[in-house]
Amino acid sequence: MALPRETQPGLAPVVLTMRRRTLADKEALLGRLMLAPALLYVIALVGVPFGLAVLLSFSSATSGSLDFSWVGLRNYATIIVDPQFQHALWNTLRFAIISQFLVIVLALTAAQVLDAAFAGKRVVRFLLLMPWAAPVALAAIGWTWIFDSTFSVINWTLRYFHLTKTWYYWFGDPTLAMVAIIIVHVWRMFPFATVITLAGMTSIPHEISEAAVVDGASFSRRFFQINLPLLTPIITVAVLFGVVFTSTDLGVVYLLTRGGPYNSTHVLASLAFQRGILGANLGQGAAVALFLLPVLVVVAILMLRTARRAEVGA
Amino acid sequence: MTARRAVRILKRIALYLAALAFTVFAVFPFYWMFLTTFKQNKDLYVGGTDLSHIPWIFNLRPTLEHVNLLFQQTLYLTWVRNTVLIGAAVVVITIVLAVPAGYSLARLSGRWGERLGIGIFLTYLVPPTLLFIPFSRVIAVFGLQNSVWALILVYPTFTVPFCTWLMMGFFRSIPRDIEEQAMIDGYSRLAVIRKVVLPLAVSGILTAVIFAFTQVMQDFVYALTFISSLDKMTVSLGVPVALVRGDVFYWGSLMAACLFTSIPIAVVYNLFIDRFIAGLTAGALKG
Repeated sequence: MALPRETQPGLAPVVLTMRRRTLADKEALLGRLMLAPALLYVIALVGVPFGLAVLLSFSSATSGSLDFSWVGLRNYATIIVDPQFQHALWNTLRFAIISQFLVIVLALTAAQVLDAAFAGKRVVRFLLLMPWAAPVALAAIGWTWIFDSTFSVINWTLRYFHLTKTWYYWFGDPTLAMVAIIIVHVWRMFPFATVITLAGMTSIPHEISEAAVVDGASFSRRFFQINLPLLTPIITVAVLFGVVFTSTDLGVVYLLTRGGPYNSTHVLASLAFQRGILGANLGQGAAVALFLLPVLVVVAILMLRTARRAEVGA
Repeated sequence: MTARRAVRILKRIALYLAALAFTVFAVFPFYWMFLTTFKQNKDLYVGGTDLSHIPWIFNLRPTLEHVNLLFQQTLYLTWVRNTVLIGAAVVVITIVLAVPAGYSLARLSGRWGERLGIGIFLTYLVPPTLLFIPFSRVIAVFGLQNSVWALILVYPTFTVPFCTWLMMGFFRSIPRDIEEQAMIDGYSRLAVIRKVVLPLAVSGILTAVIFAFTQVMQDFVYALTFISSLDKMTVSLGVPVALVRGDVFYWGSLMAACLFTSIPIAVVYNLFIDRFIAGLTAGALKG
């Protein structure tokens, strides 16, 4: 791209000395002025609500009234011994870990495939990305229909190929419901992890793998001893984002099972919604949601470390 | 030689099979949406236990019945309009806040610019799940319950941090020399930004616009928490929550709405995905 306007060579130095220095030249001040709106917005609408979430969790606030009375740790004491909460906490961890493990396996394989040259690669890449690009609520309702109790096309296909004789009520059985939720998370997140991994692969210099080929390293050796270690930082980033997106997700669980059957598939997010919004107990809802915080803090720290290590390594 | 050739051909086949398997897994829900959208009810509601009726194809002639129902007898178009209006407002707010901030962090904030940039980016990790409960209180205090303004106020919380980060990276990639040259030629810093930097940053700004808009489409939590009237809903809330009459699911129209909304968004998002990924992985890929 060219400069929009030709500069005037001869006149310039004169203009520079003659023009008074204005606000437009005070760089530090200008920098602050340009940053301030965004910073204030983030402080007012992320920082303050976050602080409010902490405050609410120590209060008996309800959505009906605006009164706000301090109850100390009572909300936490109540939920910690609540089996439903314990189950939701465990589910949150379980869903995130299992789905992210599957996502990494799939993404590494898919990235290998997409790294090779073949006809129709662009089309395949586009189609692979659809689950990630589509609005999550709409994708989730699509899956609800796929897992329908009467018309499930998955059941039909399994029976047609004689893989099973039983009829699966996906949302009627706690285990199946969890499997369904994990399938949807994996389906949605693996494209994202694939593109990230692929970006990491293209950043590995081709000479390295060529040299390994010349030295006679086998495919598995090249993959596990050269590519995988080099890809670790980028895969870490993919996993960290994946953990954040799956552990904080409300849409998939809410639309697939609403936490059912028998409250067996609640995660922290859906339980917080049920207690805080539907049940109007804001204090308890906030306390439930805040149990996500340790996960997020760990993720943030690991993310910063990965970034720093990559910089140091450069 | 022939053995080696056979191996190569086998590898090729394996590659195509793997590509096919991944594609099928990724796309079949959308294919299922497509079939459901255009199937006649008699073809659609057969029941999965009837093995003689293959659900994966059109057994009867396709129909526009469900599509007509969606456009004529539901609020789908209202939801689309709401989403577009909210999206446009959020995009404007995001750009107005994030573009100057990104430039400031890239060029004018010196050493602490980098740290502050990372700090702002980290707020992108604070999820709606943590904020929807305090927001429900804030929104009530402002009297914005059940108003699209609540969403317009809140959505920039996830678009501004990421777009600021995106723009910061983008402005950094513009060679400093161009700006310095223009300043030697007598432009003030502000004039440089207006006349030199912004024209060069058009594609970066466009990326931020697309990102902000697609993120608005993704939200479900905030819309679910704040909006209760059918006619104020966004697509992502209205379709899964309100496109049901009593207990009856109109799956044909429901899937039509999912399909018609998802496909354009997916196409647009795909065009920019590499830039988003570059933004997300900026730290880890520097090496």
